[in-house]
Amino acid sequence: MTSLRIEHHPVLNFPERKIVNFYFEGKQYQGYEGEPVAAALHAAGIRTLRRSPQKDRARGFFCAIGRCSSCIMEIDGQINTMTCITPLAEGMHVKMQKGHGHIEP
Amino acid sequence: MSRNTEVFVIGGGPAGLSAAHVAAKLGATTLLVDDSARVGGQLIKQTHRFFGSSNRDAGIRGITIADKLQQDVKEVSDRLTVLENTAAVGFYHNKEAGILSQKAYERVTYQTAIVCTGATENSLTFENNDLPGIYGAGGVQTLMNVHGIKPGQKILMIGSGNIGLIVSYQLIQAGVEVVGLVEGMPTIGGYLVHASKIRRLGVPIYTSHTILKALGTEGVEGAILSRVDEKFQPVPNTELEIKCDCICLAVGLTPLIDLFQQAQCRMVHVGELGGLVPLHDSSMRTTNPEIFVAGDASGIEEATTAILAGRIAGARAYEATHGKSAQAEAIVAEAREELRTLRSGSTGERIRWGRERVLKEVGEC
Ligand SMILES: Cc1cc2nc3c(=O)[nH]c(=O)nc-3n(C[C@H](O)[C@H](O)[C@H](O)COP(=O)(O)OP(=O)(O)OC[C@H]3O[C@@H](n4cnc5c(N)ncnc54)[C@H](O)[C@@H]3O)c2cc1C
Ligand code: FES
Repeated sequence: MTSLRIEHHPVLNFPERKIVNFYFEGKQYQGYEGEPVAAALHAAGIRTLRRSPQKDRARGFFCAIGRCSSCIMEIDGQINTMTCITPLAEGMHVKMQKGHGHIEP
Repeated sequence: MSRNTEVFVIGGGPAGLSAAHVAAKLGATTLLVDDSARVGGQLIKQTHRFFGSSNRDAGIRGITIADKLQQDVKEVSDRLTVLENTAAVGFYHNKEAGILSQKAYERVTYQTAIVCTGATENSLTFENNDLPGIYGAGGVQTLMNVHGIKPGQKILMIGSGNIGLIVSYQLIQAGVEVVGLVEGMPTIGGYLVHASKIRRLGVPIYTSHTILKALGTEGVEGAILSRVDEKFQPVPNTELEIKCDCICLAVGLTPLIDLFQQAQCRMVHVGELGGLVPLHDSSMRTTNPEIFVAGDASGIEEATTAILAGRIAGARAYEATHGKSAQAEAIVAEAREELRTLRSGSTGERIRWGRERVLKEVGEC
């Protein structure tokens, strides 16, 4: 996968994991099954995850442990999902979220 | 559904794991919940060899200490239930709490609760501090050491306390270029051993400097630094531009305390301990008699002291339902002695003041 994945580490070993396909804004990407969605996006070079409600500013993740809500996106139609703690699964559809998101009536 | 337990431990870092282990080993039925995918707290991200007491795992890597604590906990699995991916979301009256997992919300009734929720990271005010590519040190560690992904190729580190120094080193280990280490004070904040490692690797160190602005619109492309005077005010015409694709903030931690406030524990602000902390006595009991505290939630400190305070809280929580016990007393006495030694050096000075202030407030000092 991309160069942001750590290939060799002097202390840590990262076990082999299953590769799955997912979609970001309709385009297909690959990541490891079970890793956080935000991590898979980051490794694929995507770091703008949503736009702020008032000033339309680009936002990415910050804490990576489900505390700050900076990483919320729409996953399979579910808005305001914290992508830093949502495990990636085959066929997931991930979308950027504008502001507070929109629910179809 | 509802669950019933004698001791309810919230948070599975070194403090919570130790508390749960002791309580269950002494004979209490114990439930531990942690909201992350794997217990271990901060330890699962620490690849460096730990400082602290040699009785308590100094010189061992954080990840190895986490494995050891998880092993201890397995040993008492007949009395101890561990639920991962499960957050404690509220305390109610009548010794009742709520826990939430991806599957369900459940009620927990307990005799005593030990809250070991750790800390949250501080942010810093500067222009464009919300750009993608600006991460907390904990976020960087999680991405890198848990998920095996680099935050970027060139990173600027803000803060030279132990966390800033250690994470810089970990970034270099992972193959990221640390383009600078920025510190507002005239000298480096963390321990010399960590600082020299970073210096030897040639990382430029900017003491008496601050970050004025992050550059970029869709993500970080650089930063503007400036020198600061003794009052931390930027000195005009000393700006300098640094190219980087991400910025890491290692500017301190604040105890995670919302659950104590819900449980109506009295809080006190102690700067040396990182901000608001629940008042507690030397048994780690808060002003709500059924709630105990241990670890960073009681004041930002270290894993070794979190383990010891966790042992004290676990033993006292056991006694709260089962009555006085010589075995519990021995655990408390031993842990107190070790804590005293650990905090006695010059590096423990600030913490000692902070701890004494808390005990004074409860009239124990
Ligand atoms: C970079 C770095 C380097 C360090 N180096 C050292 C060192 O060399 N030596 C040393 O002694 N210490 C070191 N420390 C400090 C040490 O890691 C911490 O002091 C220690 O982990 C605190 O333990 P804890 O159990 O209180 O909290 P944590 O380890 O933070 O664990 C808290 C746990 O509670 C969980 N939690 C929080 N809220 C809830 C909730 N509502 N419901 C369920 N679960 C919840 C969290 O997910 C987490 O797993 C370092 C820390 C960092 C960040
Ligand atoms: S990055 Fe903070 S909640 Fe996801």
